[in-house]
Amino acid sequence: MNILELHDLTIRTTDGRTLVDGLSLALAPGERLGLIGESGSGKSLTSLAVLGLLPAGMTASGRVVLAGAPITGASERELTGVRGRDAAIVFQEPLTALDPLMRVGRQIAGPLGRRRGLKGTALRQAVTAALEQVRLPDPERVARAFPHEISGGQRQRVALAMALACEPKLLIADEPTTALDVTVQAELLTLLDTLVRERDMALLFVSHDLAVVAKIADRVLVMRNGRAVETGEVREIVGAPREEYTRELVNSARRLESALDLRSGR
Amino acid sequence: MTSANPLESTASTPSTPSTAPEASAVKRRANRSYTLITGCAVAGLIVLLALVSFLWLPYAPDDTSGGRLAPPGADHLLGTDKLGRDLFTQVMTGSRIAVEAGLGSVLIAATVGVTLGVLAAFAQGWLDDTLSAFLDILIAFPTLLLAMLIVAARSATLESAILAIGLAQSAVVGRVVRVLVKRVLAQDYITAARTSGTSWLRITAGHILPNIWPTLVVNLALQFGLAVLAEAGLSYLGLGAPPPNASWGGMLQEAQSTFTTAPAGALAPGILLVLLVIGVNLIADGLRDTLDPAARGRGV
Repeated sequence: MNILELHDLTIRTTDGRTLVDGLSLALAPGERLGLIGESGSGKSLTSLAVLGLLPAGMTASGRVVLAGAPITGASERELTGVRGRDAAIVFQEPLTALDPLMRVGRQIAGPLGRRRGLKGTALRQAVTAALEQVRLPDPERVARAFPHEISGGQRQRVALAMALACEPKLLIADEPTTALDVTVQAELLTLLDTLVRERDMALLFVSHDLAVVAKIADRVLVMRNGRAVETGEVREIVGAPREEYTRELVNSARRLESALDLRSGR
Repeated sequence: MTSANPLESTASTPSTPSTAPEASAVKRRANRSYTLITGCAVAGLIVLLALVSFLWLPYAPDDTSGGRLAPPGADHLLGTDKLGRDLFTQVMTGSRIAVEAGLGSVLIAATVGVTLGVLAAFAQGWLDDTLSAFLDILIAFPTLLLAMLIVAARSATLESAILAIGLAQSAVVGRVVRVLVKRVLAQDYITAARTSGTSWLRITAGHILPNIWPTLVVNLALQFGLAVLAEAGLSYLGLGAPPPNASWGGMLQEAQSTFTTAPAGALAPGILLVLLVIGVNLIADGLRDTLDPAARGRGV
């Protein structure tokens, strides 16, 4: 059984614009799919629709099935049960992903306590363990810190720890490395790769950066203007793109790479 | 202003830190905010006057034995009004009424305003529109007219004035709260909390209220000053506290005709009114500096 299935997902605004148009995809347990496209292509909306988290003024039609449970048309109460247990999400901007007025430890303790029914010392240990597992040095200090007291990369690790706290079967990562420095970006990708492998999670990785997606995903789905342009194994898409738009994407990514080669060769 | 010194120490006691490691940070923040301390000292002086008025007054409020329009002197620190009542006594009861008006109105504004604001922020579609329209109408509705309606329905008491001011301010607070909550709701950490299955009640208590709190407190402090002014305005028009407990606004009205011959009757309440409002505004300013998470984030 697939962990996630989208059948003909269409997202419209109340004033009639179509933002995602008839998107279908399926994700098997442990599979990694990269959702790639430029801004406004509907890739982030798709990832929000998977959890029933569309902003006000947008409606989804078609079918979204997450771990066997229908998401489209489900009530808020049903959704609250599904979210976190089956799927969790990591956002692009690590600063807004954490409550600026709450110590990091307490933010992780929330879902941990609810999911596993932990309290007191056991909860504190679980929080430390959660921070350790995302390779944060000195987890006890980080747990006591406010979000603005740690670096962007550390914040993103904390956000990752929060998402993993509920042991989801599917992790949705919405441009998780875009706001980070290149070196930190590479570290975080490696960490994400390890964690997803260790836990045998499925991964839906949303990005505009083909190089990043190629590093982390098995399959790629290219989106443009709310429609799926092309889908396939990373190797096929990068090696032999069939569609014009995909070819452009690949070429521009290549040009950047070759600029680096040229300069270093000189 | 030697009498302000003991107040400065009382003003800083509430911020006395409970835990040792945070002590230096809190102290630094407090030091940074001279405005807060000055504001507490100025407003505290008047609060002190109000508190003392419960225990002791130089004369009974309705004691007219002082002679008409006596000049300031040993018997009557600020002189007497045209009915022979001691002005300092009136100033003291006036400060009590002013502080009560400020606290009462802000309490109503906070309770009603926050509830309406949070509801409007969570509501979508027609409910949000209806609530917003209601708040807009309440803001546009003149406070004076509202006060007259309430006085007509009840009677001209301090409570009526507080009710009118509080309701009028609820609309302003509600408007501010609605925007603040909407802004917090748009943040990723709210989505993240929803993703991890947190209920709306927990999100409101755990994330939304703490995040709007700094701005809300500053706004409420400003509303306190406005409420004091509004109460003075209402009692100037005879819509506030009835005699013999003179309010500052009432004193100003009574002293108006004798201002050239006995200016103390108007100057005393006028100066205290200005001091209280300035003090409260300074507190609001200082609170903004100490509570603003962005300013705190810049941390020295």
